[in-house]
Amino acid sequence: MQTPRILEVRTRILKKNDETARRMRDEFVAAGVLVANFVSSPGTGKTTLLRETMRRLVEAGERVAAVVGDLETDNDARRLAESGAPVRQIMTHGCCHLEADMVQEHLDWDLEELDYLIIENVGNLVCPTSWDLGETLRVALLSVTEGEDKPLKYPGLFNTSDAAVITKLDLSGPCDYQRDEAINNILSVRPGLPIMETAARTGLGMDEWIAFLRERREQLMATPPVSAAASE
Amino acid sequence: MHELSIAHSLVDLVTEHADAHGAPSVARITLRVGALSCVHKQSLDFSFDLAKEGTTLRDATLHYIDVPVAVYCEGCDIVVEPAQPHSFRCPVCGVASGDVVRGKELDIETIEFGVSQSVEA
Repeated sequence: MQTPRILEVRTRILKKNDETARRMRDEFVAAGVLVANFVSSPGTGKTTLLRETMRRLVEAGERVAAVVGDLETDNDARRLAESGAPVRQIMTHGCCHLEADMVQEHLDWDLEELDYLIIENVGNLVCPTSWDLGETLRVALLSVTEGEDKPLKYPGLFNTSDAAVITKLDLSGPCDYQRDEAINNILSVRPGLPIMETAARTGLGMDEWIAFLRERREQLMATPPVSAAASE
Repeated sequence: MHELSIAHSLVDLVTEHADAHGAPSVARITLRVGALSCVHKQSLDFSFDLAKEGTTLRDATLHYIDVPVAVYCEGCDIVVEPAQPHSFRCPVCGVASGDVVRGKELDIETIEFGVSQSVEA
């Protein structure tokens, strides 16, 4: 009787996705494109925030494009395209998150012609967490309408994010939004996380938010490119 | 149900290893799953049962090593596990740390190939 052979593997289960994402990130960084992956619950206001963000960037002469993931329909792509920027819809047909190769297949722009690439993930606070899309910045959104304790309920996503944006601040009165509680909850699951507070419909906080994106892009441009081999 | 996507990636990756070693079957796969990995183990078991059908993994079972969150506390200069799940505070000095050292794992630790007369015949 042979004894079973045990193989020590110690590999990420999502190794293929991670490798694709790393190649994409190297290309984005080399081309000076800031890629931001936006994740939130459905109905947090991702599309409205991003349409206004893109509109402002386009008006300032910056080159921005977006890919947006939804299970079905291209409604969000059409809404984002109102900003004047080129947009591609990814229809996942039931898949609850975006994966690196889905994004890659929809990138039909010359990266040298872009400054920013916006990825609007499928509305979901759990599933997108595990998939690296080659982004430099993962942004978690929290709206004032959905409860201050969301970060405590979904710590995985907030913990792996590089920034948080609070949305729909114009509705904080009717929702009895408790600002200190929301911010403390975010910081308790991700100490030190930069938090921006916005109301895309009124423009509140949008200047600070855009300034944050520009600053991150400048940091990216100042970073020497890291080769895929070096980061192994 | 992102566990189904994870299960398909797992089956693909383990199949590659089994093929590379000429193993006709896989008996057991041990995974390391961090507390922050957002993976629900029962859902992954369920998804794995669907994904493994008709593959060399069809008799394989999943086993889990849970990895609790550990953070690096700069003040104390130690890697330490916070006292409560989803707390990121150093239990020694009470200061919150954003430097997560462990807890995000979603890794294959080991693959145990099945016993077969024909493996190295």
